[in-house]
Amino acid sequence: MAIIDEITCPLPAPAASQVILAHGGGGRLMHRLIEHLILPAVGNPILAALHDGAVVEVGGTRLAFTTDSYVVRPLKFPGGDIARLAVNGTVNDLAMCGARPLVLSAGLILEEGLGMDLLGELMQSLGRAAAEAGVVIVTGDTKVVDRGKGDGIFINTAGIGIVEASDPIGPSSVRPGDVVLLSGDIGRHGIAIMASREGLAFETAVESDCAPLTGPVLHLLQEGVRVHCLRDLTRGGLGAALVEIARGAGQRIEIDEAAIPVRPEVQAACELLGLDPLYVANEGRFIAFVEPQDADRALGLLRTHAVSADAVVLGRVVTGVPEVVATGVLGTTRVIDLPSGEQLPRIC
Amino acid sequence: MKFVQEFREGSAARRYARAIAAITTRPWTLMEVCGGQTHAILRFGIDRLLPPEITLIHGPGCPVCVTPLELIDKALAIARRPEVVFCSFGDMLRVPGSSGDLQGVKALGGDVRVVYSPLDAVALAQRLPEREVVFFAVGFETTAPANAMAVLRARSLGLRNFSILVAHVLVPPAMEAILASPRCRVQGFLAAGHVCTVTGYAGYDRLARTYRVPIVVTGFEPLDLLQGIYMCVRQLEEGRAEVENQYARSVRREGNTEAQRVMAEVFEVSDRQWRGIGEIPQSGLALRAPYRMFDAERRFGLTVRCAAEPAECIAGLVLQGVHTPPECPAFGTRCTPETPLGAPMVSAEGACAAYYRFRGPPEGRGRDGDYR
Repeated sequence: MAIIDEITCPLPAPAASQVILAHGGGGRLMHRLIEHLILPAVGNPILAALHDGAVVEVGGTRLAFTTDSYVVRPLKFPGGDIARLAVNGTVNDLAMCGARPLVLSAGLILEEGLGMDLLGELMQSLGRAAAEAGVVIVTGDTKVVDRGKGDGIFINTAGIGIVEASDPIGPSSVRPGDVVLLSGDIGRHGIAIMASREGLAFETAVESDCAPLTGPVLHLLQEGVRVHCLRDLTRGGLGAALVEIARGAGQRIEIDEAAIPVRPEVQAACELLGLDPLYVANEGRFIAFVEPQDADRALGLLRTHAVSADAVVLGRVVTGVPEVVATGVLGTTRVIDLPSGEQLPRIC
Repeated sequence: MKFVQEFREGSAARRYARAIAAITTRPWTLMEVCGGQTHAILRFGIDRLLPPEITLIHGPGCPVCVTPLELIDKALAIARRPEVVFCSFGDMLRVPGSSGDLQGVKALGGDVRVVYSPLDAVALAQRLPEREVVFFAVGFETTAPANAMAVLRARSLGLRNFSILVAHVLVPPAMEAILASPRCRVQGFLAAGHVCTVTGYAGYDRLARTYRVPIVVTGFEPLDLLQGIYMCVRQLEEGRAEVENQYARSVRREGNTEAQRVMAEVFEVSDRQWRGIGEIPQSGLALRAPYRMFDAERRFGLTVRCAAEPAECIAGLVLQGVHTPPECPAFGTRCTPETPLGAPMVSAEGACAAYYRFRGPPEGRGRDGDYR
């Protein structure tokens, strides 16, 4: 018995000639789509900042403006539903600009056949979530598409807020020495969605972390914490957010992997499915880059809010090649990279 | 998490690393067989805890990596058929065939679904009697019993719209093929714990004896791997070549006899092509005659003509442990997770993907991305 000596080799994968689901996964494919196809066509300096929202000056007032579309399945999941997500996602994008969210729009794309009871329930949830986040839904739109052309309901929300931060918040403000804070445990939203979508039964039900982040963010700003960058951890999770900021800032970020809170049930689900919690989606978590002398105070302030009660110091920014390096539980380091697309459960 | 964090304890890991260093007197090259072990070694940086005399090379134990191009092409052809619901584990979706991958088939309208268990595919066939449900039965001895169960379930339910595309491979013949090769560098094996949970390890005695190579059945957590390496090095230093079991909390010598019985009921051993390696005799599984009605290849009467494979990537040599991924000139440049030249860069358990992900692309080398 001998192994064939000639080198055989799989063919190169053809470049994607059509959109695949992974283009929406918050990873490298999505970045490539934005950089190579969208920005060249419609780019401008504000869009090119690629932050969670745009900051524009109108009549001497700095406004934050953002939009997001929600296409989640199932429509209701432990800890939330698509409507609550649509409000909090957009509110959080505004908060990440250092802004106080004011008004939202809600565009509904309904699929023929969607139950009126369910739609009513989701609209109630939309209203409740807006009230909880302190925003008003002031305009909207409703369209109906043929049966089979949608997943029951898609929701687009756009939002406007007033920027309360005096200094620009974004990757370009990140400096060596900045301390990186993480607002709480990661991975719950992604696992909750996956478990309810695929009917996976875990011993302990995992609830989404979906929540508005305005409270802790505005508290940091009001108390004069010098915040250089904020980012909520949605698709692509903590890993993708850190890599994006390292590249945007042109700085190296060093994190302590052991400091990252992951609930045991989330860790267990990730082990089972072969997923890395670092790249699992969240909807109520953020990272903040603050000046080193403000770090302890910022941590104390975050811990006074329920949504960020488990905040931790995650790491710091140092001078160097723009990349993210994590020190693991064994004391060895690994490079944190962008995910390729969506994480896929492994075979065994 | 109970019974996981205990096996990732930093101070215990460093103690093990010191113990390995203390007994190592000369260079040794060990191969971990399973892609899950490769992944854990790179993720936790276990190779960096070891003394420089110990070289870890990576084995063929990534089922996604070794599934032959021809079978991927057959999967694509079946998945493109309008009557078919094609079910697969997630990590097969991105493996390139001659004409794209399953993700692309899905994007063009093929009904491709990720399932978490072959029994989910059987349930789907029950729910969709007007469709043909096909499950891509990929994997080593670890997944074969569940896939055999799915066939038995489909038969007991009288399903005529369920079939499996069999791509099973067996680990011991691949280990023997590596040992028999003149290019073999392996001096000791860390055998795949999950595979041995099913098969046991009595079958490894002959390999250890014939090729004078220690084989340590090893688990997947950092302390498992370090203990497995310690046991392997100790044998080498003492001049022994035996089969030992590090993963005793999961593996018995005789394995899981019920799982073996189900496997043997449904499957028989057959010759099998390994992607990047070639044919290894008696290294695969095929459906036995009474179950061939569930064979998707027969049901869809496929003849797929495979395109020749270009020679740039050295996937085959990586899978045989002859080279490590960073030794490939295309690694991280022309071959990346988005534009893979070979399956080991695609799969979550592929050695190339593990190096790329945890050490970064080549420009990171020499610093934290250092490839020792």
